[in-house]
Amino acid sequence: MGNAADQVKGWVDQEYRWGFVTTVEADTIPKGLNEDVIRAISARKGEPEFLLERRLKAYRHWLIMIEPKWSTVCYSPIDFQGISYYSAPKSLKDRPGKLDEVDPEVLRTYERLGIPLLEQKRLAGVAVDAVFDSVSVATTYQKELANMGILFCSFSEAVRKYPHLVEKYLGTVVPYNDNFFASLNSAVFTDGSFCYVPPGVRCPVELSTYFRINAENTGQFERTLIIADAGSYVSYLEGCTAPRRDTNQLHAAVVELIALEDAEIRYATVQNWYPGDREGRGGIYNFVTKRGLCAGNRSRISWTQVETGSAITWKYPSVILKGDHSVGQFHGVALTTNFQQADTGTKMTHIGKNTRSTIVNKGIAGGRGQNTYRGLVKVLAGAENSRNFTQCDSLLLGDRCGAHTFPYIEVKNRTAQVEHEASTSKIGEDQLFYCQQRGLSREDAVSMIVNGFCREVIRNLPMEFAVEAQKLLEISLEGSVG
Amino acid sequence: MTLPAGTRDRYLAEFERVGGSRKGRPAWLRRLRDEALARFLASGFPTVKHEDWKYTGLAAIEQGEFEAAGADGGDLSPADIAGILPGEEADRHVLVFLDGRYRPELSTRRDLPSGAHLGSLTGALGGEFDGLVPYFSRSAETAFTDLNTMLMEDGVFLHLAKDVRVPEPIYLLFLMSPAARPVMAHPRNLIIAGENSGVTVVEQYAGRGDSGYFVNSVTDISAGRDATVSHFRFQEEGPSACHVAALRARQGAGSRFAAHSASFGALLSRHDVHAVLDGEGAECLLNGLYLGNGRQHVDHFTTIDHAKPSCASREYFHGILNDRARGVFRGRVIVRKDAQKTDARQTNRNLLLSKESEADSRPQLEIHADDVKCTHGATTGPLDEEKLFYMRSRGIDEASAKGLLTYAFADEVLRRFDLPVLRSALEEKLLAWIPETRRVQEFLRETGQ
Repeated sequence: MGNAADQVKGWVDQEYRWGFVTTVEADTIPKGLNEDVIRAISARKGEPEFLLERRLKAYRHWLIMIEPKWSTVCYSPIDFQGISYYSAPKSLKDRPGKLDEVDPEVLRTYERLGIPLLEQKRLAGVAVDAVFDSVSVATTYQKELANMGILFCSFSEAVRKYPHLVEKYLGTVVPYNDNFFASLNSAVFTDGSFCYVPPGVRCPVELSTYFRINAENTGQFERTLIIADAGSYVSYLEGCTAPRRDTNQLHAAVVELIALEDAEIRYATVQNWYPGDREGRGGIYNFVTKRGLCAGNRSRISWTQVETGSAITWKYPSVILKGDHSVGQFHGVALTTNFQQADTGTKMTHIGKNTRSTIVNKGIAGGRGQNTYRGLVKVLAGAENSRNFTQCDSLLLGDRCGAHTFPYIEVKNRTAQVEHEASTSKIGEDQLFYCQQRGLSREDAVSMIVNGFCREVIRNLPMEFAVEAQKLLEISLEGSVG
Repeated sequence: MTLPAGTRDRYLAEFERVGGSRKGRPAWLRRLRDEALARFLASGFPTVKHEDWKYTGLAAIEQGEFEAAGADGGDLSPADIAGILPGEEADRHVLVFLDGRYRPELSTRRDLPSGAHLGSLTGALGGEFDGLVPYFSRSAETAFTDLNTMLMEDGVFLHLAKDVRVPEPIYLLFLMSPAARPVMAHPRNLIIAGENSGVTVVEQYAGRGDSGYFVNSVTDISAGRDATVSHFRFQEEGPSACHVAALRARQGAGSRFAAHSASFGALLSRHDVHAVLDGEGAECLLNGLYLGNGRQHVDHFTTIDHAKPSCASREYFHGILNDRARGVFRGRVIVRKDAQKTDARQTNRNLLLSKESEADSRPQLEIHADDVKCTHGATTGPLDEEKLFYMRSRGIDEASAKGLLTYAFADEVLRRFDLPVLRSALEEKLLAWIPETRRVQEFLRETGQ
């Protein structure tokens, strides 16, 4: 017991490694939120009329909404007028045509993050769309993808180049009035990624976005829209970091996935926003709405997430299984230390016949972290022979943390089979003893056990991400001197 | 949500009426009632927007024009009572409450060991026993427990001194008679089991007609150090009845508390169980079976609070839903900071027999200590196809195979009812409830079970 506490002491000493600030002159709209700000954002991005209308509609709806209070997370009230809703690195005002023209300072930031855009382009074969504060900085590999008919670009570019696609699909999965933070995003979103995979095309590389909040007092409201047309396949990766600040920053993103007939989308996230310091000061409020729609028959959507950052994480990547025989998956690892709070999980809504969903969630709580799994499995009356399996395991690494499980299971069809299992435990002294007896240090043993605990989820990540995720977990456990 | 004016006036009038017979009662009780009234009037009945009532709408209660039941209650003989009570058992204490009022002429009182007091709660509140205040104000209240506090008139008070064990079970029968107008009753029971004492209590709720009525009961149990309290609840209200019940238990170190529940009746029923394991080494078992057919709505809302280290809890709830019935289960397990060495397990299983039935399940673990073993599992689905196939391949027809599997699913819970008379009575009722059980009965007869 005491030993386990020592093991975890390292969490407390753990500093955020991605907490550097990049000094880039930024073009920022003054703080505050009103219709003029929304018009200004829209104007700066040269958006078509329909988008501005949608923004204003969402904003007017948001005004009458009440901030939700139902979750177990607690935080001081957010001053929505104290946030700047648009911040663009200034030297990018005239967007660079080529990667070489990108502000070297920004590129260096990404290098420190370990995503050398040039390198990755050649070696990893990952097409990256990097979002820095509010605008997309550079998109690699675009031409090669374009040859296959795959449209992968920043959201702003998509609005300019493919407005018909944006108009057709935007808001179809997460409507403007969905929830408080999604409505706010619908009103003020600045940039994000857009991807369209045409029928029958299998995207040969992993598409990737890297988000970074740099400027102080800004919020990041990105919007991602991925459409996989009939019979296509795409795998998408998303990573995030933010500099160290004393104040809390808001991140309210919306991600919409649409899989048409026989299409498959895999979406992976490694979220490492700044979690705040050891006293719980600062850090990112990560309030995200992610939802996928299996619109066509036999479509598949899979969410995989590794959540190690943010002061507060509040997100439930969901799948609406509308098409018959469609499949939804969720694999998640959430890790909370210090004063971090995570309230995360998933929703699976079974509408079509023979739909299947799998949920595997691993929560790890240390320090004074609070880790909550919250999930909904809903089987509607028409979802004949649908199937769900849910497994939620929690690992506790201290006696001041908390691990909670709140599943909701609603079944309206008797042919449906729904199973839920959850367990909570700590690392056993016997397990540690066994490892040490075989020559492992206590620290390595803890790290190994934690990695083993998460293995089911991590092996669902694409290779590059699996390595990064494992490393993140390891680093978080570093300094646990037994 | 605030109350509609009509409902508000009815409850206020009832509050005044109950207050009329309460002169001379202790001042603290008067204060409690006033506080409950104030809270109830301010909040009214909860709506489905309230997280604890997400799946249970209360329109039937809110719009029902319930009045206090009349004092006559029709003519009943002890033989009628024997027909309602489960099985035949010579050695039992029976207290009958007809329409919420204690009826000594229908009850069977036996000698109790010295140190055991069994009587009406009204008498106890009149001043016979001191120090009851804390037992009335240590639980979080809901709109229904507040309503009960406001309007309670009668119920049981059981007090066991140190080391007193009552060998026979004590049956409390709450019976509602048919009435022309919708009536209501708010029974309130208090069971205080002293150190190392032991008792078995059976609460039975039944209706004698199919008229609509509303029963809202509260039972508070305090189990002292090393005490053993076995509580059984058999709810078989009339088909149009609304039944709301709260069972709240606080356990001392080393105590053992078991709450068995069988919910078969009522149109709308809701059973709250709240057990606080407030001493090291306490053990708690919640074991329940609920059946629903027609348009029945049956909701179980349980909380097990591990407040101290080294406690163990087990929770098993099975539900079978047919026709358009809806079953709701919420099982919350809380492990407080420093409640190390907690061992908590929970299972909820739902069987859907018809196309339009529905099951909503919310198992919850809330854990603030690290050295714990906690698991929960929940399943919802039809009967296992493989088991059905196995039985059919051995010559059992489909309907009988389904009957047998359904019976087995429910009996898993009933087998834990360690009160043989009650258990076999419930098993009989279960067999009558399950659609096709002729072969099952033959089988049970042949195997002598």
